[in-house]
Amino acid sequence: MKILLLMSSVPDTTSKINFTEGDTKFDENGIQWVINPHDEFALTKAMQLKEKHGGELVVLNVGTSKTEPVIRKVLAIGADRAVRIDVEPTDSYFTAVQIADYINKHPGFDLIMAGKESIDYNGGMVHGMVAEMTNNKFINAVIGFEVKEGDKVEVSREIEGGKEVIETTLPLVIGGQKGLVKEEELRIPNMRGIMMARKKPLEVLPAVEAPVRTKIEKFEKPPVKGSIKMIDKDNLDELIDLLHNEAKVI
Amino acid sequence: MASYARAYADKTNQDVIAVGFLLENPEILYEYGVNKVLNVTNEKLKDFNAFAYSQVIKEAADKENSDLILISSSNDSIYAGPIIAQYLDAGYVSNVISLPEESDHFVVKRKVFTSKGIAYTAVLTDKKLLRISKNSFGITEKKVDGQTEEFNPPVDLSVYEEYKVVKVEKVTGKVPLTDADIIVSAGRGLKGPENWGMIEELAEVLGAATACSKPVADLGWRPHQEHVGQTGKQVAPNLYIAVGISGAIQHLAGVNGSKYMVVINNDPEAPFFKAADYGIVGDAFEVVPKLIEKLKAYKANH
Repeated sequence: MKILLLMSSVPDTTSKINFTEGDTKFDENGIQWVINPHDEFALTKAMQLKEKHGGELVVLNVGTSKTEPVIRKVLAIGADRAVRIDVEPTDSYFTAVQIADYINKHPGFDLIMAGKESIDYNGGMVHGMVAEMTNNKFINAVIGFEVKEGDKVEVSREIEGGKEVIETTLPLVIGGQKGLVKEEELRIPNMRGIMMARKKPLEVLPAVEAPVRTKIEKFEKPPVKGSIKMIDKDNLDELIDLLHNEAKVI
Repeated sequence: MASYARAYADKTNQDVIAVGFLLENPEILYEYGVNKVLNVTNEKLKDFNAFAYSQVIKEAADKENSDLILISSSNDSIYAGPIIAQYLDAGYVSNVISLPEESDHFVVKRKVFTSKGIAYTAVLTDKKLLRISKNSFGITEKKVDGQTEEFNPPVDLSVYEEYKVVKVEKVTGKVPLTDADIIVSAGRGLKGPENWGMIEELAEVLGAATACSKPVADLGWRPHQEHVGQTGKQVAPNLYIAVGISGAIQHLAGVNGSKYMVVINNDPEAPFFKAADYGIVGDAFEVVPKLIEKLKAYKANH
């Protein structure tokens, strides 16, 4: 099975989010970059599929050279080789065009995996657009994936209040999330993996011309919450009063 | 959604058209300002399929010459969003929290960095697709004279064969977490799964859904579907009550879209107190049962 993992390098969840250059840019000062958590579930599933069915796992990232440490981490965990398309991914459509161009020029991937969204811009759309642009089938919010016989697969998708199981065939694009593999199955690189990752190929390709469809003009921080009101544990009537009259939620 | 559309339509002097699938009471939408309902009555489209539904939405947008298409942030809409965007060649913005700004071009605010930032995002295409963030825009009643049309454009139904749904599992009789107006959530502070009775009772009194923190799901005390947080579900209820949850940043990332948050914790240093609106320092086993009694009395009078 030939698998392509679409991976985003994102600020660690605990990062302080600040903006710079007149609030037009994300402030990268002191940011710790990590594999997008939803992509991590997809990566682990990809590794399991490769181990079970054989094949190749390629990781693809659209980003400038600053994403390379995170790409190396994916290689250390077990991807066979990496491709980086050298451009800042500022718009989802633009990013999807870059990925689709690569896939269309390198056909033969049975499964294209991504996280359901990245935790930085939370767009949740690049992988779906890629599916359309490459004429591949697409299932989102995937919480289970099993290969049946031949190219038949059984895919579980999260729906409101439950899940549905879908039978379909490869090739396929999926947006993965927690549940695709168990949390404890997530992998971290070991020393041997890190050593090997240094020798694995990381191909850097130029971006193709494409328009952007959306543009971020400026950022701001969400309004600061008013300070917390503390309520005495022996005066719960006050809480009920606040919830009813102030918050108006009960 | 209808209220968002109505508010924008009023500003720009346009009509609001809604697309529905086998709606039984399309008239209800007139109450919220919908001028026209396109009701798909083809039984074959009863169940959601992202590709079939996206085709219908494209056909509706073409027929009505719509330049602004709105979808919700349900799982199904999130799935269909990029497909619709491609069918319409539309610029697509997700997690939108505001009406377009007063500006010479089209700009909306959207949540980014898991609600830790807001990005003013311009849409540069003629057709625009917006996915409205949950609970970000109030519902306003505004009755208009509406009409409903049966709408059955040609749809390639082979997608139902290509993606064959073989099983659906739904938790019945419970409020789905992502739809809930009120969520009662509990963490490791409850000490064990046997102590969840009072959480479920509190939820029942409030008509709320129950949720939990990541450690609780990882320990198997509660099902994984209840886990809210960065890698669990992202929720945005009107009221989120956190019992015995310290408020790690990964947890807050999943709940900070909530309108109001109440935290009950015996540790006054718990980080959740910095994020919440109302706080009670106290033992959950003492506070929660008392709160249930008080709420029962309150509910009896309201």
